[in-house]
Amino acid sequence: MIEIKDLHKSYKMGSNSLHVLKGINFTCEDGELVAIMGSSGSGKSTLLNILGMLDGADSGEYILDGVPIKDLNETKAAQYRNKFLGFVFQSFNLINYKNALENVALPLYYQRVGRKERQEKALNYLERVGLKEWATHLPSELSGGQKQRVAIARAMAAEPKVLLADEPTGALDSKTSYEVMDLIQKINDEGNTILVVTHEEDIAHMCKRIVHLRDGVIVEDKKIEQVRAESYVQ
Amino acid sequence: MFSRDTWKEIFEAIRKNKLRTFLTGFTVALGILIFVTLFGMGNGLNNTFMKFFGDDATNILRLFPSQTTIPYGGYKAKRQIEFKNEDLEDINKNFAALIDYITPRISRTVLVTYKEESDNYNTRAVAPGHQFSEKTIIMKGRYINETDLAERTKYAVIGRLIERDLFQDEDPIGKYIDVGGSAFKVVGVFQDDGGDNEERYMYIPYTTRQLLEGNNDKVDQIIVAFNQSIGYAGALQFENKLDEFMRKKKVISPDDPRGIFIQNVADDLKRNQQFAGVLQLIISGIAFAVIISGVIGISNIMLFVVKERTKEIGIRKAMGATPGRITGTIMLESIFITAIFGFVGMIVGIIILNGIQGETLEENYFITKPAINTGTAVFVTILLIVCGSIAAYVPARRAAKIKPIVALRDE
Repeated sequence: MIEIKDLHKSYKMGSNSLHVLKGINFTCEDGELVAIMGSSGSGKSTLLNILGMLDGADSGEYILDGVPIKDLNETKAAQYRNKFLGFVFQSFNLINYKNALENVALPLYYQRVGRKERQEKALNYLERVGLKEWATHLPSELSGGQKQRVAIARAMAAEPKVLLADEPTGALDSKTSYEVMDLIQKINDEGNTILVVTHEEDIAHMCKRIVHLRDGVIVEDKKIEQVRAESYVQ
Repeated sequence: MFSRDTWKEIFEAIRKNKLRTFLTGFTVALGILIFVTLFGMGNGLNNTFMKFFGDDATNILRLFPSQTTIPYGGYKAKRQIEFKNEDLEDINKNFAALIDYITPRISRTVLVTYKEESDNYNTRAVAPGHQFSEKTIIMKGRYINETDLAERTKYAVIGRLIERDLFQDEDPIGKYIDVGGSAFKVVGVFQDDGGDNEERYMYIPYTTRQLLEGNNDKVDQIIVAFNQSIGYAGALQFENKLDEFMRKKKVISPDDPRGIFIQNVADDLKRNQQFAGVLQLIISGIAFAVIISGVIGISNIMLFVVKERTKEIGIRKAMGATPGRITGTIMLESIFITAIFGFVGMIVGIIILNGIQGETLEENYFITKPAINTGTAVFVTILLIVCGSIAAYVPARRAAKIKPIVALRDE
């Protein structure tokens, strides 16, 4: 599903250049649930942004679902993001003047899905994250956990190949975090590929594979026994 | 781009961001409103101007006699030139084809009395043609006619304000008034667009005036109306010929700057029109400046709007919005707001212009019938919409181009 070879990325900081990713090699199969771990500054978010085409790499190869991702202009990148990727952010990033249903329907709008079908699909995904009754509420009327669930529903609505989650539980308390992870696990159970960036051990162990990053290189890549979040919920 | 979905998205953004919409719309509406009222006022000023100077006929030459300054033809300098009745006839005879009508004018200020009321008024002793040269409008009765001239009748045509001063509510027609010691019968009342002064004149037959002044045949001033078909160039030519003819007849040196003076109203008219043109130019300049500041205002608001939406744009891009769709939506939204509020401003401006019309404005501020031509108003509104869109395009395009990761980081 994802194939990365010798990926480099550096940021210009005035006259200095900060080398963030120093040759990353990484593959990810269909249906995997991967945690990308590392301390802050290890380059994990940068990696996720490049995978999400929100940022470009300096050199290296990136193949997503058999499509080489390179020399993208903004229009092309937007189309690929719309087709391949769903995003979940630490700060939710919901549009504050749209209600839950409209937020979930947004990627479908950019897929040019008809209005009626859009509404149906969005409502369906809201139901799956358990927020059908909250469809007409604005983000400001929702709790943190509810907002993140809306964001997950939105990411899933476009039926992406890969779901990218950047610290999805970073702004939530542990109880809510487990609820969100439970949801992510269930989505993975249905066969979706998910990458989660986190620096929390317990969250990482709820995935099936942990990739450790330190100073821009992968130092460890292991498959683990998944801890089900379900047991922490209730 | 113009699908129902796009519009729904735009309406939603407008409805849910009322303050932003209001700020943008207010700037546009105010710009257009100021432009329309200002331009309308300018037109009103121009109207007053044209009314002041446009109340007399324009096909008029006025001949004034004065003292000579150069000895000529056996006469000394400083000889007072005088016009006589025969001059009228000679001019008429020589230039018959070019002349519409000819009239003398003898002006005297005299005390006029009716019953208890009396005041000094300017009487003008004239021929019937004078009515046309001054565009005098008869309200009651009649003007001086040829019979009056022939019979030297003591008839007077009085101005509307003389009627009001002396007669109050009484009907003046057929009443006798005392004009400098002689009894005159009022045969007519007139009004004139030239203002209050013009309506405090009194017209009498010039032959009667001459009779009262010892049966002389002197004339103060001669007014010649030329045939309008000869045009401006023809009028100048006629003026020169007339000057030549009169100098020969009165034995005045062709080089004498004085002795006889011809005033050509067509010249005055041209000068006045130039002045009015300059006035219009100044008003247009101010209006243009207002439009420019309106455009700058819109640009600022748009810059602010796009800045405020940077994060939203980042989210939309992460959800798969292409830069083209983002720019398109922002542009459509801004054009829509600008258009609606622009036309609101225009219509309010026109309503204000209609509302403030009236006597007070006319008399105290010299603004007559302030109005703006609908074409101009619509053109300027569209201009502002176009400029507003261009002003919105630049920041929208830039926002749509920035990397989503940068936009998402924006707080």
